[in-house]
Amino acid sequence: MQPAQPAEDWPDQIYALLKEHGIRQVALVPDAGHSRLIKRCLADNDMQVVTLTTEEEGIGMLFGAWLGGEKGVLLMQSSGVGNCINMLSVPIAHRTPCPMIVTMRGDYGEFNPFQVPMGNATQAVLEAMGTLVKRADTPEDVAPTVNATLRMAFNTYRPTATLIGQRVIGAKTFGK
Amino acid sequence: MIETGASGKLARRSVVQALLQDRGDLLVIGGLGAPAWDITAAGDDPRNLPLWGGMGGAAVMGLGLALAQPTRPVLVITGDGEMLMGVGSLATIATKQPRNLSILVLDNEHYGETGMQETATRHGVDLAGMAKAAGIADSRRVTTAEEVLALRAAIRAGAGPLFAQIKVDEKSEPLALPPREASILQARMREAILGPAAHLQ
Repeated sequence: MQPAQPAEDWPDQIYALLKEHGIRQVALVPDAGHSRLIKRCLADNDMQVVTLTTEEEGIGMLFGAWLGGEKGVLLMQSSGVGNCINMLSVPIAHRTPCPMIVTMRGDYGEFNPFQVPMGNATQAVLEAMGTLVKRADTPEDVAPTVNATLRMAFNTYRPTATLIGQRVIGAKTFGK
Repeated sequence: MIETGASGKLARRSVVQALLQDRGDLLVIGGLGAPAWDITAAGDDPRNLPLWGGMGGAAVMGLGLALAQPTRPVLVITGDGEMLMGVGSLATIATKQPRNLSILVLDNEHYGETGMQETATRHGVDLAGMAKAAGIADSRRVTTAEEVLALRAAIRAGAGPLFAQIKVDEKSEPLALPPREASILQARMREAILGPAAHLQ
């Protein structure tokens, strides 16, 4: 039996899941919570990493990827979910996979007032737009939840999201 | 035959017809509104993905498709209003420099589906200049039939990324509606690209 990976290795566990699911396109607007995963993806020659100007581009890009037979994933911070709302009509109307992995701000111990409105609304907004949303609030929960999100997107053809809670990532405190 | 409208500017349907003639492997994404009707008027085809929504997303959808199918030419045909909404995607596309991606804007300087309100290009915004500044070196402004024919050759040459702002007459053309059930639109394109295996992925 293999020893269990330390729970704090959850970004590496996500990377391993992206490989297992054959993800070839990684669309993202950076977030500190995703920085380790982004480094792993950038180091992988079999992945096209595309840094977007706004998160809604990722919804369109993943749709184009699927048209061409490739699987993609969108990485973003919770504030970016607000930039995606209308574009989610594309995978819904076309019935195409659109998995999203969202690191939360404005969620648990937030310091920045501007992060709270969207952080508090992230799950409700995604669900209002027909996205299947699952939360991971402990490091141990991250990999199984992301796995479920990828499986449900590619097996049932719809937008899905894992929200990785701020309790997992740690709140940015600016020294306060 | 490439025609001009009452204004003396290019007639959009004749431009699209000419660009899609003998299209070979060409995969086409049509931005919502008139461009989707234009590609349909040229002949509805499984290799066409006419959009009924997702305004601002057409160009970056082309990027995802071009990256997934690097040996096939991918052509996005959209309108000035749609391109302006997603103009940041020109920067995103430029960072990847996909050789097989061309983005054409049929620029009539108006929002044609909503009552012909003016867009920013009516006030001089230079989309081709923005694309060039973003890093799409081959960015053109097209105003003549000869330039359309040169563009057609360039799309097929695979030396992209390529961007063209085609100034067209503002006249609205009769509706030419593609299927509205979008799951059919994506599935037929996937099958055209990937064969029956598309439905077992």
